[in-house]
Amino acid sequence: MQEEEKGRRDFMGMALGACAAVGGVGALYAAKRSWDPLPSVAAAGFTEIDVSGAQPNVLNVEKWRGKPIFVLKKSADMKPDDRDVIIGKDRFLIVVGLCTHLGCIPAYQGNEHKFKCACHGGEFDASGHQIFGPPPGPLVIPPFKIDGTKLVLGEEGPEFKKMKDAGLIA
Amino acid sequence: MAHFDENAKPFSNKWLDERIGLNTLMRVLNTEYWIPKDINFLWAMGMVLAATFGILLVSGIFLLMYYKPDVATAFDSVNYTIMSEVGYGWLWRHIHGVGASIVFLIIYIHMFTGIYYGSYKKGRELIWLSGMGLFVAFSAEAFSGYMLPWGQMSYWAGMVITELFAGGSLEAVGLVEWIRGDYVPGDAYLTRFFMLHVLLIPLVIIGLIVLHFGTLRLPHVNNQEGADIDYEESAALWKAGNRKESKVIPFSPVFLSKDLFVMGVYFILFFYLVFYHFNFAMDPVNFDPADGLSTPAHIYPEWYFLWSYEILRPFSKDIGLIAFAFAQVVFFLLPFLDRSPNVAPAHKRGLFQIWFWVLLVDMIILTAMGKLPPTDPTFAFVGLVSAVLFLLMWPILIVITMFEKKIEKGA
Repeated sequence: MQEEEKGRRDFMGMALGACAAVGGVGALYAAKRSWDPLPSVAAAGFTEIDVSGAQPNVLNVEKWRGKPIFVLKKSADMKPDDRDVIIGKDRFLIVVGLCTHLGCIPAYQGNEHKFKCACHGGEFDASGHQIFGPPPGPLVIPPFKIDGTKLVLGEEGPEFKKMKDAGLIA
Repeated sequence: MAHFDENAKPFSNKWLDERIGLNTLMRVLNTEYWIPKDINFLWAMGMVLAATFGILLVSGIFLLMYYKPDVATAFDSVNYTIMSEVGYGWLWRHIHGVGASIVFLIIYIHMFTGIYYGSYKKGRELIWLSGMGLFVAFSAEAFSGYMLPWGQMSYWAGMVITELFAGGSLEAVGLVEWIRGDYVPGDAYLTRFFMLHVLLIPLVIIGLIVLHFGTLRLPHVNNQEGADIDYEESAALWKAGNRKESKVIPFSPVFLSKDLFVMGVYFILFFYLVFYHFNFAMDPVNFDPADGLSTPAHIYPEWYFLWSYEILRPFSKDIGLIAFAFAQVVFFLLPFLDRSPNVAPAHKRGLFQIWFWVLLVDMIILTAMGKLPPTDPTFAFVGLVSAVLFLLMWPILIVITMFEKKIEKGA
């Protein structure tokens, strides 16, 4: 093959290769975006709950972003904690009800004031701190904003931001 | 232009040979693809797997006609429409469920046969690697298929397994939500796993099967003694009619007839399970529709994932994840961790034989422990010890094979 011809053939290969590479990167980005959560899914991320009727030591489970949210009004014999959400005069535990190990839902044992996870045996106390088993951290506090006796989940209110800055949410 | 015989009848052997090289193809893939005589029924597992994959494909096509990949209708489309309305829908589902479970039993037998006889060693590394690729692809296929009935086990297995991608303390929540297409497994999640299960992963599997067969063609299959056969000499003997003296037989029709016999026995067992004992492949918990607000009391994977699940479970989160990731890839490294030059069955390799049986028994113990609830401290301890032992087995392998005596092979 003559040098000149080789050069021209190489050029065809390189030109196509360069265009294909640009297109390939674009296609990868499009593929990544196609797998992203849809805007409608992301927008449905705010939930309002009313805690005025809560009873002490009775666990209420609400739903936020498809996840269970534990709402537990603390009784007098439970230790107060920096992670408590104070609404009016009452202290609440407000956490995502998924074990921080691998995401199972722990069950609340009211008489022991403990959450026990059936999957891998993790346990949490009534303030959401891990006290036994494989969970690496406490139950996560979801973004919240206090609005009277109501709580808006998904929005970061001043109380939440304070906890976040103190490194208490997870 | 090549020569074309004008008298060749259309679609006759000669006519086809001149157009697509039919005879060459038959020779390379069948009549002159030489298989050693010195093998046993365990060498038939490859074709048994290929046949089972075929059955999964066919039963899957029929399920696909009525299945609906939508969180509102998926559960009923499987448990009501397919099971009670579609004529013989139950048959396809039970074949598909039993097949998915049994295919892993055969994969494990196939793998451990390879380990026992040293069939991953020099010259055959690519056979092992492509086979491990198939194991991973089949695992992904099994997991994605397990999502589709959208029962409680589907949902929670999906939740737990996708959560692994957060990488423990790395807290890559964004990656997990990206994989799911939602904060939790939902509609987008179900539909994309449906796509993976019925198209993308099967394509990968078919490609890998072709590669796996291809990697086998030049090094040939191993034999019971790990003997280095002179294929040209033996093939010449066979072709000259000295079939008794030859150490090899052609793949087709000679070896294939033995494969077909083993397949026959296998399919009697297979269809016995499909018709009379299909429940082992149908977890009762998965007959409750998916509910994101209620975890089943005890979550466990299907039996074939239990050993690696049990390696995840006894450790703290990050160490567990690292151990789990290690267990997923370490089998890929087998041809490079085994430092011994011997291609021989384990019973001729001294300490390696002990290593083989300890590994096998350890994985069976891990499997049994993985099924038990996490609450019993004795079993949790047994699980921890077996998991640590599994991790230690690999450095041990390097050491014992380094000091393995070279076996001098006689003529």
